[in-house]
Amino acid sequence: MIRFTWMQFRVQALVALSGLAIIAIVLGLTGPNLVHLYDTSGITTCGARGDCSAIANGLLSHDRLLQDLGTVLLVVPALIGLFWGAPLVTREFETGTFRLVWTQGITRTHWMAIKLTIVGLASVAVAGLLSLMVTWWSSPLDRANPNQFSELFAERGIVAIGYAAFAFALGVTVGLLIRRTIPAMATTLVAYVIVRLGVTKLRPHFQVPITLHEKLATTAQGVVENVPGPGAATPPHLGDWVLSSNVLDASGQPFNPTKLNCSVLVTPGGTTPSPSSAASACLPRIREYSAGLRQVITYQPSNRYWTFQGYETAIFIGLALVLAGFCFWWIRRRLA
Amino acid sequence: MTAVIETNGLGKQYGRKRALQDCTLSIPDGKVVGLVGPNGAGKTTLLQLAVGLLAPTTGSITVLGGHPGDGPAQLARVGFVAQDTPTYAGLTVTQHLRMGAYLNKNWDRDLAESRIHQLDVDPRQKAGSLSGGQRAQLALTLAVARRPELLILDEPVASLDPLARREFLQSLMEIVAKDAVSVILSSHLIADLERVCDYLVILVGSHVQLSGEVSDLLASHWRLSGPRRDPASLPSNQHVIEESHTDKQSTLLIRTDQPIGDPAWSVKPVTLDDLVLAYLSNPHRPAPVRQPHLGVVR
Repeated sequence: MIRFTWMQFRVQALVALSGLAIIAIVLGLTGPNLVHLYDTSGITTCGARGDCSAIANGLLSHDRLLQDLGTVLLVVPALIGLFWGAPLVTREFETGTFRLVWTQGITRTHWMAIKLTIVGLASVAVAGLLSLMVTWWSSPLDRANPNQFSELFAERGIVAIGYAAFAFALGVTVGLLIRRTIPAMATTLVAYVIVRLGVTKLRPHFQVPITLHEKLATTAQGVVENVPGPGAATPPHLGDWVLSSNVLDASGQPFNPTKLNCSVLVTPGGTTPSPSSAASACLPRIREYSAGLRQVITYQPSNRYWTFQGYETAIFIGLALVLAGFCFWWIRRRLA
Repeated sequence: MTAVIETNGLGKQYGRKRALQDCTLSIPDGKVVGLVGPNGAGKTTLLQLAVGLLAPTTGSITVLGGHPGDGPAQLARVGFVAQDTPTYAGLTVTQHLRMGAYLNKNWDRDLAESRIHQLDVDPRQKAGSLSGGQRAQLALTLAVARRPELLILDEPVASLDPLARREFLQSLMEIVAKDAVSVILSSHLIADLERVCDYLVILVGSHVQLSGEVSDLLASHWRLSGPRRDPASLPSNQHVIEESHTDKQSTLLIRTDQPIGDPAWSVKPVTLDDLVLAYLSNPHRPAPVRQPHLGVVR
C-alpha cells in the first residue's frame, strides 16, 4: 500500500519538491547578503549611539519582495489542505475508484492509515522545510525587528508544521463527509481560516501574562513626566509582547481628568494650566490625582516565544490527530 | 451444496430511502449466477453489500461463510468488478497491474500480463484513454488476477457496444472454464445472461421473485394457448405467472413440474427472455409452492 500510495502521490510530491527547490535557490543566493548587511549595519552597537530604530528600518527595507515570501507560509498549509487533503477521498468517490481500491486485498482502514501517514508526513515535511528556510533567511532581519509576536509569529519557527498537519487532516475529513471535491475544498478553506483565526485569538492566553503596576512619575505641579514604553530599562523590554497598557487612577478607574472638575487640560506627559483664576484652587486636586496615577501593563515576555510556538504547534497537531481518528472511525463504521 | 452468498432478511436503507429490504436468498457454489432485475431493484446494493462496500441496515449476509469486507483474508476471496468498471484515469495499464500486485497477496502476475497481452493494448497507455471495452477488460483482469474464489460483476457490460460486450463475456467464459471460480453477474440484458449463466436470480422491488438453475427453470415453465378459460380452473400444480385473454382465446405462462395433460392447450416451451419478462412484469403474483429443485424465495 505504501508503494501504491507513492505511485499515486509522486507527481504532487515532485511539484512540491520543485517549488521548495526554487525557493531554496532564491533564498540561498540572497540570504548570505542579508547576514553581511546585518553584520556591517552597526546594529549591535547602536545602543550607545541611540540610532537603533534608524538602522533597523534601514535593514528591514532590504529585499522587501523576498520578505513577503513569509506570506507563502500562511498560504502553503491552506493549499495542502485544499489540494492534498480534500481530494484524497473525494477523488475516489467522484471517479468511482473507491469501489476498485476498497475491494482489493487490504482493508479500508489500512488504506486510510497509509494515505494519512504518507501524505500527512509529506505535508508536514514541506511546511517544515519551507519554514526552516524562511526562518533562516530572515533571521538577520528578525534580530532587528522586535515584533516577533506579531503576524510574523505564524511565518517563522515550527508552527507551520502544525498548520500543515491540521489543514491536511481537515481536508481529508471534510472530503470524507462531503464526498465532492470542489465543495470540500471550499469548506476546508473556510474551516481552516476560522480555526486559525480562533487560535490566534487564543494565543495571548497560552500563559498567564505578566502584569506590571508602574507608578507614574509626576512633578510637584502634578505633571506626569513620561510614560514608560517598551525598550526602557524596566520591563516590558523591547521584543516583549505588550497585550494591554492602561493608565489607571488611585481608585482603579481609567484615567479621566474631567472628573476633577477643573478646567485644566491634563494629559499624561504634561498639563496645560488654564488661564482661569480657579486654576490655583485646582492645583492640589490635580496633584493628588496625578500622584495616584499608575500604568498597568500586561505582557508576554519575549523569552516565552518558543514556548508559545510549541503550544500553538501542539494545538494544531492535536487537532490533526483528533480529525485523523475521526477519519478512521468514519471510514470503518459510517461509510458503509 | 454450500452457498457462496446467503442473506437473511437483508435490508439497506439510506435515510428514508430503502434500497433493499427483506432480501433472503441463497446462491449455490460453483455456478455462474445471473442477477436480473429492473433498475432500482437493489442489484447494485446487494452486490456492494456482498463485497463489504456497504454494511446492512437490517438482516445478515454471509459470503463464502464469512462477513463481507471483514479483514484482508475475506477481501482476498472475493473479486469485484464494479459498475462502469472504474479505473484510475491517470495511471497506466502497467501501473494498474502493479497496484494489483501491491495490494493483493495472491496476485497472479503471469495471468494478468498474459491477459493484457491478449487485449492488444499498449501497457504504457493511461487507463483514461482506453476504450470502454478495454477498460472493462482491464477491470476484469485486475479482479481475476487476484485469484478469488468468487467473482462478482456489477453490470460490467451495460455500457459496452455489442462487440466489446461479446468479447468481455467470452473472456469471462474462458476464466470460468479454466478456474473453479463462482461468478455472480448482474445485468438487465437477458440475452447476455442466457449466454453465460447457468443459474438465475430475479430481483424485483428488492424481493427475490425467482431463483434456480436455468435448465430447471426452462423445463418447468410453459406457454399455454387455447380457448378462453378462467385460470382458476387449472389443476393445482399449475401456477399462472402471466395471463392474457382475448374474447375467444387465453394465453398463459405457467409453472409446473408435472406433465400437462389437457389436450385443449397447445403447449410451447418458453425462452429465458419470456420467462424473465413474465416475472418482471408480474411481480405481485403469489409465489408458487416450494419445490425441491426450484427454490422460490420471497
